[in-house]
Amino acid sequence: MTALELVITDIAEEVPGIRSVTLEAADGAPLPGYVPGSHVVLELGCGRRNAYSLTGDGVDPAAYRISVLHVPAGAGGNGGSEWIHRELTPGTKVGALLPRSAFPPVARARRHLLIAGGIGVTPILSHLRAARRWGREVQVLYTFRPGRGAHLDDIEDLAGGLPGPGLETCTEREAFTRRLDTVLAEQPIGTHLYVCGPGPMMDATLAAAAAAGWPDSRLHSERFGADALAPGEPFTVTVTHAGNRRELTVPSGVSLLETLERTGLDVPNMCRQGVCGECRLTVGGGTPLHRDLYLSDDEKAAGDAVMACVSRADGPTLEVSL
Amino acid sequence: MSGVPRTQADRLDELTARFPFPFTDDTYRYSTNVQPAGVPVPTAQGQWGEAVVDVDVEYRTELAERAAILRRDPSRQAVSPHMRPAAWDAMLTLMRELSAAYPEWFTLDRLGEGYRWRNAVLGDDVDFRYGDDASLPASDPLAYIGSQVQEDIVLLDQREQLYADAGVVTFAADWSFGFDLGMSFLEIHGPVPRIHSERIITRAHDFLMRLQPHQPYRRTNWTLTVGRRLDVSTETYPGWGPERAMVSAVDDELFGALVHLRVEVQHLIRLPDSGAVMFLIRTHMLPLEQIATVEPWRERTASVLAELPDDMADYKGLITYRERAAEWLGTAGPT
Repeated sequence: MTALELVITDIAEEVPGIRSVTLEAADGAPLPGYVPGSHVVLELGCGRRNAYSLTGDGVDPAAYRISVLHVPAGAGGNGGSEWIHRELTPGTKVGALLPRSAFPPVARARRHLLIAGGIGVTPILSHLRAARRWGREVQVLYTFRPGRGAHLDDIEDLAGGLPGPGLETCTEREAFTRRLDTVLAEQPIGTHLYVCGPGPMMDATLAAAAAAGWPDSRLHSERFGADALAPGEPFTVTVTHAGNRRELTVPSGVSLLETLERTGLDVPNMCRQGVCGECRLTVGGGTPLHRDLYLSDDEKAAGDAVMACVSRADGPTLEVSL
Repeated sequence: MSGVPRTQADRLDELTARFPFPFTDDTYRYSTNVQPAGVPVPTAQGQWGEAVVDVDVEYRTELAERAAILRRDPSRQAVSPHMRPAAWDAMLTLMRELSAAYPEWFTLDRLGEGYRWRNAVLGDDVDFRYGDDASLPASDPLAYIGSQVQEDIVLLDQREQLYADAGVVTFAADWSFGFDLGMSFLEIHGPVPRIHSERIITRAHDFLMRLQPHQPYRRTNWTLTVGRRLDVSTETYPGWGPERAMVSAVDDELFGALVHLRVEVQHLIRLPDSGAVMFLIRTHMLPLEQIATVEPWRERTASVLAELPDDMADYKGLITYRERAAEWLGTAGPT
């Protein structure tokens, strides 16, 4: 699954508890560009795979940069943050998947209202760099705990050089909430809102925008990992093929199609994205967990067919025939 | 493009060796037939599909034709103001693809804060700064890259849906870029028969909305065209429309020389900076008399044309002569 081999070339302590990490291609090759607001999944030495927002503008990047808040494992962290803060040193190599775009700027927006909470400033910084490149109109609301405003200088500098009201910061929740209500009511028609921060802060922002009459299509929020297909639970598949029955294990992160291919079973396939319909298999038992775009709702409910490239079992077992 | 072909026969041989023969079965129906790009496809006569861009013996000829069409009709090219970043993104992406696929002819180098682009075939040598329109020898980046690739280009902006908000399209097969400009992907495909009840277009739309950078996909489409005419756009219908009616009356020899199997290799690419979707259409054409020299192509094309349902034949504009084309191919076999 690894697409890129990266090496850590620089680590800086942005503000206390936030590390900014620079990664370059291990072989010195150019890195793939990315849409502003993209994230990259890193395969960390602790065995975790975590997604981090890239903070550059994404055009022909010489390096990838991420900023990571220290969240101790005991305080809700999954170990990845702890590893980056305690173990990571320049020269460390990490695998990465290609950057994914799930929080892009809207090209037709008249103004970009960027709202950041704490370490959620990272994709907002990426948006701001792109806004600088293309001269976009912006307004930035940035809320953080006193003394913990990561990238504050960059944000101030970028927002200050662009058309629009520029940057406002808040270090108290009540002040942020009050200011948010005013700002939401003051925007020109055609403004798009982007928010990234702690879950409750994003929920509150989106609820306030909805209450102020903003349509959904103008609201954009970044919650990690929601767009990519989850690796899924492992399950056992019983395959009937040419009169033979075989039992195979489909591990987490490996598709049913890949599992069948690895055992030498030939399944017609084309897109491998759940769109084209080629790899449809007949289901004889168990319940499929449908994740494709091909089968209709009725077909999915019937449960007698499954698209092997993306779908899995909803339960421990599935029976299919080729 | 292995140099300038010496004869018409050399040229046809090369086009045949690179021809993306589209039929994988003896019948044809619409499907969301997308597959990962860049995977070579062996054919009975050669191979196609190694790269996202395709430069062949017709490179200079087709680019000269595009330039002439654009001089006559500037509406074949447009960039809505919000698509400026996407146009730059498209240009740089295509320059990268050209230099990766054909390093002997095309090079893209970093030059300080900018880039140097060299096209040895056309003799272009351009230094430019990303985002600076004035640094290009054309009105905008899409106009420039349209002079460097044989592909037609459409750029789709992603809002709640995908909208065709920029492009350079001179070789449209029975549609009008100027008419479709600003329309949504779903609106553009409204007239196509069958695909709605079969949910093909909504699936394709969902797929495109989720497309990620650096993972390009492709599909093929096909029709028949009378004469080796790249520009069969709605705008030039008075020129080519009557030929479709006329072709039924010509003798067999002329019929086989005039009627072409027209194949589009279409690439679907999420641009990595702007997040727009780039749709590339590369048109390939071979006359039936050439198709007939490749036995598996002759047999399969004859079967597909004979079986094609009327509504699909009508939409593709070949209802009046597809039976003759099937019969022509059927009897053109080895005796």
